[in-house]
Amino acid sequence: MSNNAIGLFLEATVRTATPLAYAALGELVVERSGVLNIGLEGIIIAGAFGALVGAGAGGATAGFVAAVCAGMIIASIFAFFVVTLKSDQIISGTAISMFGLGVTGVLYKILYGTTGAALHTPTVGPLVIPFLGDLPWVGGALFAQPVVTYALYPLVVAVWCFLNRSAAGLALRAVGERPEAARAAGISPSRVQWISILFGGAMGGLCGGTLVIAQAGTFAEGISAGRGVIAIAIVVLGRWTAVGVAGAALLFGAASALQYLAQAKGWPLPYQFSLALPYVLTLVALAGLRGRVAAPAALARSDAESI
Amino acid sequence: MTTPRWLTRVGVPAAVTVVVITTLLLVVLLGGFDLSRALRALWSGSIGSSYAFFSETLVRASPLILLGLSVALAFRAGIFNIGAEGQLLAGATAAVAVGLGFSQLPSALLVPAELLAAGIGGAFFAFIAAVLKRRFGVLEVISTLMLNFVARYAVSYLVRGPLQEPSHAYPQSGALPPAARLPTIISGQQTHLGLLIALIFAGALWWYLRSTAVGFRVRVIGAGPIAAASSGRIDVPQVIFGVFLVSGAIAGLAGGIQATGVTYALYEDISPGLGYSAIAVALLARLHPLAVVIAALFFGALEAGAAAMQRDASVPAVFVAVVEALVILGVLAIGRVRTQIAVGRLTAEPAE
Amino acid sequence: MTGLHLSLDAITKRFGATLALDNASITVRGGTLHALLGENGAGKTTLMRLAFGMTQPDSGVIALNGTPCHWRSSAGAIAAGIGMVHQHFLLVPAMTVAENIALGDRGVFTGFSPRDAADRVRRIGAETGLILDPDSRVGDLPVSAQQRLEIVKALARNAKFLILDEPTAVLTPREAQELYEWLRGFVIRGGTVVLITHKLREALSIADDVTVLRRGRCVLSAPAAELNETTIVQAMLGGRIDPSPVPEKGTVGPVVLRIMDVAVDDDQGVRRLTEATLDISAGEIVGVAGVEGSGQRELLRVLAGRVQPTTGQVRIPERVGFVPEDRHRDALIPEMTLVENVALQDASLRTGRMQWASIASQTAALVHAHDVRTADITVPVASLSGGNQQKFVLARELAGAPPALIAENPTRGLDVRATAQVLLQLRQARAQGVAIVVYSSDLDEILALADRIVVCFNGRVISTQADGDAIARAMIGVS
Repeated sequence: MSNNAIGLFLEATVRTATPLAYAALGELVVERSGVLNIGLEGIIIAGAFGALVGAGAGGATAGFVAAVCAGMIIASIFAFFVVTLKSDQIISGTAISMFGLGVTGVLYKILYGTTGAALHTPTVGPLVIPFLGDLPWVGGALFAQPVVTYALYPLVVAVWCFLNRSAAGLALRAVGERPEAARAAGISPSRVQWISILFGGAMGGLCGGTLVIAQAGTFAEGISAGRGVIAIAIVVLGRWTAVGVAGAALLFGAASALQYLAQAKGWPLPYQFSLALPYVLTLVALAGLRGRVAAPAALARSDAESI
Repeated sequence: MTTPRWLTRVGVPAAVTVVVITTLLLVVLLGGFDLSRALRALWSGSIGSSYAFFSETLVRASPLILLGLSVALAFRAGIFNIGAEGQLLAGATAAVAVGLGFSQLPSALLVPAELLAAGIGGAFFAFIAAVLKRRFGVLEVISTLMLNFVARYAVSYLVRGPLQEPSHAYPQSGALPPAARLPTIISGQQTHLGLLIALIFAGALWWYLRSTAVGFRVRVIGAGPIAAASSGRIDVPQVIFGVFLVSGAIAGLAGGIQATGVTYALYEDISPGLGYSAIAVALLARLHPLAVVIAALFFGALEAGAAAMQRDASVPAVFVAVVEALVILGVLAIGRVRTQIAVGRLTAEPAE
Repeated sequence: MTGLHLSLDAITKRFGATLALDNASITVRGGTLHALLGENGAGKTTLMRLAFGMTQPDSGVIALNGTPCHWRSSAGAIAAGIGMVHQHFLLVPAMTVAENIALGDRGVFTGFSPRDAADRVRRIGAETGLILDPDSRVGDLPVSAQQRLEIVKALARNAKFLILDEPTAVLTPREAQELYEWLRGFVIRGGTVVLITHKLREALSIADDVTVLRRGRCVLSAPAAELNETTIVQAMLGGRIDPSPVPEKGTVGPVVLRIMDVAVDDDQGVRRLTEATLDISAGEIVGVAGVEGSGQRELLRVLAGRVQPTTGQVRIPERVGFVPEDRHRDALIPEMTLVENVALQDASLRTGRMQWASIASQTAALVHAHDVRTADITVPVASLSGGNQQKFVLARELAGAPPALIAENPTRGLDVRATAQVLLQLRQARAQGVAIVVYSSDLDEILALADRIVVCFNGRVISTQADGDAIARAMIGVS
């Protein structure tokens, strides 16, 4: 019985962590290039909405493609302001967040009626891997998940390899640390940041797509529910590395899944506590990071002041 | 030369008008809504009747004025406080807690006590971020963003736990007794004392920034932190710390007037993102305290009109968020033009 | 013929109103070490930035091995085998040595292997003797190792032609010696070197050829063997006319500023100023000379009360006027009005309400008295010309007759007319009994202005005679 509760807890942990990990891996790459994308929330909800439209029209795969496209469209607006116009990253990001939430809200009401009737999209169910899926404790968590979760495992490795084992990743990190040095080495910081923001948009879109197609099976206004902010927190907590981000995503997933465990065990733990925990953890982690270099040195720096 | 003043004076309102009309037309046409009905609703719901103006527009504008001032003050000093939302929730919670806890007090004592608690609550929430910035070098952008969510879940817990109404049926606090409510100031209308408080704050902040030495130091730090330290010999971190707290207190007060003047109770969705709208208000006002009043009235009217359009013509009210986002981006783009002109003039490579 | 042969012929380059290079020419023979000498602002760095493709000449021809080159960026120069080590390094401090070397490798799918990169660093180390630990974080390296890394970076791009801008400014004498020995070896192996420097004795001892620039013109170019110190000093300093007796000199009063045995460390804990002792009296102008980074920046800020010394005693009046070098960043808030910028001074001491009316009349009086040309006192300072901005800063700092004034390069970037007006302001202040300290990178200006001159060299303050040659020699470490 206890095994069952723990197994459910672990399964819920990985399930909750999956969309977060997508968004956070994208944000990781964006931040390593020196850009802080506060607008991630708007990108995720755009991805979720794109998934609703795409899946409705052409099935789950089309849904994911549409999610990626929607995320990249919103991200390109952000990149235009932040990289091309060199506007302030924080204010632009806040605006992009509001823009994404607003536009999807309007389009949802226009396309699917103002009643907000529950819409069901085609979904992808869990793909149970024979034998492994039946393992006690971790079987359900690791080997009976939708295919998007499995896709994450190589993605973490790929992002790590890109950042640490490719010339392009090296260039990207240099842009985030010291753009002048990168420029002196013949690298165009603007181009690098544009591409990384678009990648972040694609990943943020996938986060939204996962929420709709692999989990909720429907779209609701505000379905992103602060995941953009959590993803930023995950990058901080993961100390700007791919493996750290994967670990932090699991930790955040576990914090959210704690409520299920608490329910099963009958612990008197308010569920809001487990929801707020990740944010508090991040603040503590940030305070503890003082003096130790972890954040890209040129993060959130815009060359021209605006306002 | 910088952008001519007439261009910003005429250009910004003109650009905003274009943004509103275009967005609205796009939404109405795309959605196939009844245009004339929508426009009538927009008009009658915002300023078309005395009820709409005094009980809708002004009531919605009141917290936006205070929140806009909070953001404008912080931005003026170069602090990226995007935590107005969380500070508002902290203020509303403090006000409701005091209002329920000391409900036997006479109104003349209780209401000021509630508002004072709201200010302290907001300042306390900003204090966390200010300490993290000063002592630990944590970017206030990230800390205030995180704290917004902490505040939200804290409220969610409180209205289901310690502060839940007596019947324990709904996720909200008990209703404030009449003595704990802000009085209305126009008979038969919802306009409450909070509007007056907000206007007084706007005037006071304008005067303070313009006319006092401390206000001048705040402006100097925002405009040129290095010159402030070098030529003005100002203790920059200390001033920033103080401004952060005051900014939080003003946002907290906004939560206080919202709870004691409009909702009369605390519940989860007490703020539909007011703290974020405040950024649009502050930027549209170009961080000028008196202009904040006008910008807040504009957004208040827009929100009131949008609510009426949703009611009468099914036009989704959430289009206001799109307008707010576009206003922010528009101000950024105009600001860019200004700095480009300035930079172009100053750039001359040194000979060696 | 071995090595790359570079010639820059009849180069002219303007920056705004400033003529940085005036028909300058230089020929660097392949396989030689060429010293490029000149005072501050003579145009040495500009000339070499052109050779490295970072900027383009207004007129003139750059040719490599006889073929004219039209590089649009340094990428072209790098591809041609030229490398440049800038005075301010362009490294990524958070990355390792190996990563900094690999930075700039091309291709989307090009891999980056820390092991290969480390091997590359070791291989270059073995071939050239420039040994670096590939896995060290660059930010943790001492300055000499960072410089070695900059050279290795260029060599990793197959540079055959190295330009080094003031490489020994940041090195100890021993490290400088090692660098020079290495550069000789590089030349013997067929490389070509251009060394930009102030230190003529050292240059003379290792260079094959010497070119001297003065005010953007090439005034001397000859093999080192045919030259001696005297001829080079004459070329660098020109037929300097020693200033006529300084006019309108007032009586020197009591000591106003006094520092004793002062030392200043920077943020990284590096000692920038050491054992500095100096008295400045009312009614005198003390000139400070020194090449960049010799400690004068810290000296001036200690005297102005803007920096607290790490050790030593400082006695200065409460109010000291200060004209910092970067007026846009340190002295003015360009988008604020003239009135507000006047109020900026001592903003920390103000209390209560701002007396805007009296500050405005004060501003009007200052603008009038110091002939600051402006449409109005309520326009942003950014709308003033550079010369008028500087006059305005001086007027503000001299307002209310402060006991002392510290000015850092007060005429930088100004035209002749504005320069003369600024110098006049300083002389008038002296006549009124202000104790004045002026640093200028233009030695002629100090000679014309100062009653007495001290030289900063390697973080020390040295008193000298007010004689152009003696000062110029002290600045470049020749006695």
